[in-house]
Amino acid sequence: MEVAKVENVSRVYKVGEVETYALRDVSLTIQSGEFTALVGPSGSGKTTLLQLFGCLDQPTTGRVFINGQDVSRLNRNQRADLRKGQIGFIFQFFALIPTLTAYENIEMPLLLNGMSARQRHERVMELLKAVDLLDRKDNRPDQMSGGQQQRVAIARALAPNPTLILADEPTANLDTTNGEQVMELMTRLNQETGVTFVFATHDPRVIKYARRVITLRDGSIVENGAGPAR
Amino acid sequence: MWTYLKMAYRNLLRHRRRSALSALALAIALALLVFMAAFFKGEMRSSLEDTLRLSSGHLQVRDVDYDPDKASVAWSYLIDKPFDVAQKIASLPPVRVATPRLFASGIVSVGQDSRGVQIIGIDPASEANAPYRQGLVSGDFLTADDRNGILIGYPLAQSLGLQVGSSLNLLVNTAEGQVDEQPFVVRGIFSTGSSNYDKGIVLLPIAKAQTFSGAGDRASIIFILLHDREQAQAAAAAITGASYKVLTWQEMNELLVLVNDFSNAYITFLNLIILGVTVTVIVNTMLMAVFERTREIGILSALGMKSRQIITLFLSEAALLALGGVVVGLLVGSALSAYFGSVGIYFGDLGVSGMIFGDRIYPYLMLEDVLRLTITAFVITLLACYYPAQIAARMEPVEALRAEK
Ligand SMILES: Nc1ncnc2c1ncn2[C@@H]1O[C@H](COP(=O)(O)OP(=O)(O)O)[C@@H](O)[C@H]1O
Ligand SMILES: [Mg+2]
Repeated sequence: MEVAKVENVSRVYKVGEVETYALRDVSLTIQSGEFTALVGPSGSGKTTLLQLFGCLDQPTTGRVFINGQDVSRLNRNQRADLRKGQIGFIFQFFALIPTLTAYENIEMPLLLNGMSARQRHERVMELLKAVDLLDRKDNRPDQMSGGQQQRVAIARALAPNPTLILADEPTANLDTTNGEQVMELMTRLNQETGVTFVFATHDPRVIKYARRVITLRDGSIVENGAGPAR
Repeated sequence: MWTYLKMAYRNLLRHRRRSALSALALAIALALLVFMAAFFKGEMRSSLEDTLRLSSGHLQVRDVDYDPDKASVAWSYLIDKPFDVAQKIASLPPVRVATPRLFASGIVSVGQDSRGVQIIGIDPASEANAPYRQGLVSGDFLTADDRNGILIGYPLAQSLGLQVGSSLNLLVNTAEGQVDEQPFVVRGIFSTGSSNYDKGIVLLPIAKAQTFSGAGDRASIIFILLHDREQAQAAAAAITGASYKVLTWQEMNELLVLVNDFSNAYITFLNLIILGVTVTVIVNTMLMAVFERTREIGILSALGMKSRQIITLFLSEAALLALGGVVVGLLVGSALSAYFGSVGIYFGDLGVSGMIFGDRIYPYLMLEDVLRLTITAFVITLLACYYPAQIAARMEPVEALRAEK
């Protein structure tokens, strides 16, 4: 099943008179259950592509489909609705809300999805266990290590049972041990729950976990094939 | 909603001092406004009370031709056989007391010093004189058959150096348009609480005032107090007599009512200005919060938070800030009002002519004013903070996520 698809998308940033093609006529389909790496040097368009898949941004031309639905022309609120139920995000910086505890951060998307208090509690505890952070549940982000924070972010992304999780350089700010821990966690969750992961990276140690690798250069796909983990 | 408040509360705690200062600004403004409202209410209230008990009464019966500004005792302006008229009126059920009073203009002189005064002839037995009787600071009250005794106000006694037992010369404009002059002995000195009023009047027994001024068995007005002043219209309608006119306290105090309305409008205007200025402090705090938290807004938005929810989040924060300020402001303002409401604030003679003001103003806080100010403060804060909240809600998630913080 096609979870996400872009068809001939271009994304042009206009800064003053200068037009930059962040993406140039890219077509790509992500199937359900994939564990796919977007690789390429800095500035090659990885983040831009993830943002289009994530309905955070809209293409200049071309179309974006999420679970078969054309999302290229949805308005702001419709995109927010789509994100909160179907797409999870993991960012390079550990994007937790600093005033909320680990527990509350994971609970946030469930609240936005209107889940009952009891169901929320069950789900959050289940996720805390899955990312092995039960003992950190009442800690604020500044009381946790980078690796722990990123695991909370993964749990949060996973919380509403999305079909697609997008991770933008999730290990770039982590040391090797923590980076591998995060990648192993993502691999395990992918295998156990079947949720689709697409992650951007240029770190070879991360690429080795990928089962499919898409290589971008200057906004175009230059390689599209099986990854080392296959 | 609980989550919004929880987040808002924790966000405020992130910058305790900044939050506390913004709330404090509102607290100070509100305390000031509460006190000001109590002050003006107290002033207007006591001014009205004083005017009613000292000067206008609840009702007055006058001859149709009487002109209060002339204070003339020409017979055609006066009520004949006033005691009979007063007695009849006193028997009406809503009337507590009805008593004739005669007003004449005169001049008090002691040696080279002289002061223009209004001479008021009163029936010493009437309980309508309570404010003067209770206000005696020295000497005794008048008796009906006293032929050379006079009561004077404390400020007049002060300025002319008079004491109980002192003599003074009183000049009066008579009914025939002449002047007459006669010495009197100060029997007592009174203070009603309004120096402004007391300095301009002297009291004589009405019988003496009538003969002295040539008015005969006549009076300027029948001064009437009711059991309930709200019954003034009904009571006025019950008083009949072709040659009389009956005036209610509302009709007689139009100026006061007007001043009251005007000062209310003025205060409302001032409230809005002061709150408006204060609220800019809170708006500024909220703007800083929005820009500091750009990336957080991006994250929340990526999680699927909608514009409306982001606005709610920031407005919750503003509301909590306002709540803190309002509570402290109300407490301080109420405490100040209560304290000065019991001890009063001394102003002395305000020098306003045409209106009676007490020397001491007792702030009087009304629940209505408190509620009005509280609601206004909240509404203004939330309206003003809609602007920063809107900025947060309008941020593009992609741009917000790219932010440094
Ligand atoms: N908001 C923006 N304004 C202007 N140019 C941008 C913006 N975002 C990205 N770009 C440009 O688009 C290109 C692709 O960027 P990006 O998708 O972030 O690449 P990557 O994530 O692979 O480093 C780069 O040349 C970048 O400078
Ligand atoms: Mg990038």
